[in-house]
Amino acid sequence: MSTTTEHGAAIPEAAAHASAVRCRGIEKSFGDGSARLRVLRGADFDAAAGEMTFLVGPSGCGKTTLISVIGGILSCEAGEVRVLGTELRALSNRALADFRLAHLGFVFQQFHLLPALSALENAAVPLVARGLGHRRAEERAAALLERLGLADEMRKFPTQLSGGQQQRVAIARALVHEPSLLICDEPTASLDARSGHTVMELLREVAVAPARAVIVVTHDSRIFELADRIAHMSDGVIAREERRAARSATHQHSLPSTT
Amino acid sequence: MIRVGLRMLLGDRTKLFGLIFGVAFSTLLICQQTSIFFGLLARASSVVNDVREASVWVMDPSVQTIEVPYPLRDTELGRVRGIEGVQWAVPFFKAQVIVRTRAGRLENGVLLGIDDASLVGVPDEFLQGSIEDLSRPDAIAMNPAGFRLLFPGEQPVLGREIEINDRRARIAAIVDASAAFTSNLTIYTRYSLATQYTNNGRNELSFVLARPAPGLEPERIAQRIAARTGLKAVTTEEFRLESILYILKTTGIPVSFGTVVLLGAIIGVAIVGLTFHQFVSDNLKQYAALKAIGIRNGRLLGMTLAQAAFVGAIGYGFGLAAAAAFFHFTAPVDALRGFHLYPEVAVAVAGAAALIVLASTVLSLKRVLVVDPATVFRG
Ligand SMILES: Nc1ncnc2c1ncn2[C@@H]1O[C@H](COP(=O)(O)OP(=O)(O)O)[C@@H](O)[C@H]1O
Ligand SMILES: [Mg+2]
Repeated sequence: MSTTTEHGAAIPEAAAHASAVRCRGIEKSFGDGSARLRVLRGADFDAAAGEMTFLVGPSGCGKTTLISVIGGILSCEAGEVRVLGTELRALSNRALADFRLAHLGFVFQQFHLLPALSALENAAVPLVARGLGHRRAEERAAALLERLGLADEMRKFPTQLSGGQQQRVAIARALVHEPSLLICDEPTASLDARSGHTVMELLREVAVAPARAVIVVTHDSRIFELADRIAHMSDGVIAREERRAARSATHQHSLPSTT
Repeated sequence: MIRVGLRMLLGDRTKLFGLIFGVAFSTLLICQQTSIFFGLLARASSVVNDVREASVWVMDPSVQTIEVPYPLRDTELGRVRGIEGVQWAVPFFKAQVIVRTRAGRLENGVLLGIDDASLVGVPDEFLQGSIEDLSRPDAIAMNPAGFRLLFPGEQPVLGREIEINDRRARIAAIVDASAAFTSNLTIYTRYSLATQYTNNGRNELSFVLARPAPGLEPERIAQRIAARTGLKAVTTEEFRLESILYILKTTGIPVSFGTVVLLGAIIGVAIVGLTFHQFVSDNLKQYAALKAIGIRNGRLLGMTLAQAAFVGAIGYGFGLAAAAAFFHFTAPVDALRGFHLYPEVAVAVAGAAALIVLASTVLSLKRVLVVDPATVFRG
């Protein structure tokens, strides 16, 4: 049995709920010859819908490379990259772009907002890119920005916002089209400790939903408490996983507010 | 997404200004120079143009342009008149003359002598006096620009006396002749008077102007005249083109104007190309982020082309307006008389502006298309 998402791709229901991301034996190298660097060495990784999975590990161990492969913006040499039931390695570049636009959301360390666009317009970009009219796209973006505490900041431009506010706009942009998978790379690394924590709590509150898997790359141990599951990476493989039972419970508890 | 692209452009006022300035600069320069170029070419044939009643010009076989006539024997007029199919034929005289005013001002002018009897060969646009006034003793008609050249600061009036090659002439009419190539001063007088001004009365027929009988093609009559007389006979249109070609071949005008136009285009490409390159460089990370989000290359291409089209259209508009303003405000200047913005030039320059913008965009476009979305996760 399968359900069809709003954007047309058929996702096996079981996969959507159980294993939104299933990676096996991923190999990825950079460069060739003597300069060849094996970054992913047969990495296995899973992320489930309804959960927030942290990917942690020392700098340079391959976290960003792994989520780039999972996000369909970097190809790998070997392994299985199954995302929302689709094997990404079988898709063309064009199909990958369409897949990302339909199902994935990204939050970057450097925000990467368009400086000429207001917070509201920035947050609406993925919907506009999908052909929604500006008015309707901005209505939906506005609702999300409000939930992220930016009701008074919508008309401002990125340069008029603090780092934490900019990252919240970026989170709105990543979620506005209700992706089934949200990928965040070091979302707090450019922020001070306090606004980093605020952003992560908001992210947890707004992003986690039964039909959405959230992957957060971080090496900020102060926010580990927000994870449902933590995958520890070292030297290009996932070395160890841990589950945070308490968090799962609070998450179950807070479910109604996210629907 | 096109709107997003335009917002990106509008968000960077400095570069937007640079881009628009670049296109406007090229447009202005190319429009203005090309129009003046065509204006000069029009001047090269304006004396031919101003003779409206005749459609066939007869001349010595060696003559290549209206600017350099060669005398015909006066018997040729009768021979042309005798050819069947010629409705009428009249003498036409053209020479360069030195004109002096009482105040001692000296100018070079074009003297045109028209048939004493019919007065055929003057334009209709008499501003003061009339064609009949040319029948009076020592009467000449002069163009307003010529009058202002001889009498600076004065408006044209009748009755003034001047000397043409030391002989007296009275201004009996003011006629709006087109600007000529060699001088701003154009003088019309009767053929008999004109030959006195220049040659002490010796007959010097420059051209015979003829008109075919109703229903006959000027080309056919021209051929017939040439065959019967051994002279050169061409239609007005042919002579006009020959006179223009002569200027194109024998002067540096095309090279000089061509160089300026080329420089205008090159400078435009340089300004627009460098500015656009900088604009894309500044936004490369943003383009990468848009790609990561899932926006296809084709749409980024559309966005970039929309930016280019926007800049091109606005820049062209400003440039064209500036060129139009130039010709509007210089219209009263006698030295620039007859120059105007040709609609054909405006259309052609729109194409040139599009090419300039496209050429300037191509390099930057490639950078947008090849930027790797994976770079968004790196620093
Ligand atoms: N495009 C690339 N070319 C060459 N080396 C790269 C490239 N991207 C990443 N690397 C290298 O791969 C290793 C893992 O990088 P990365 O995945 O960014 O690690 P992390 O995100 O865990 O800090 C690093 O040594 C990095 O220098
Ligand atoms: Mg990293």
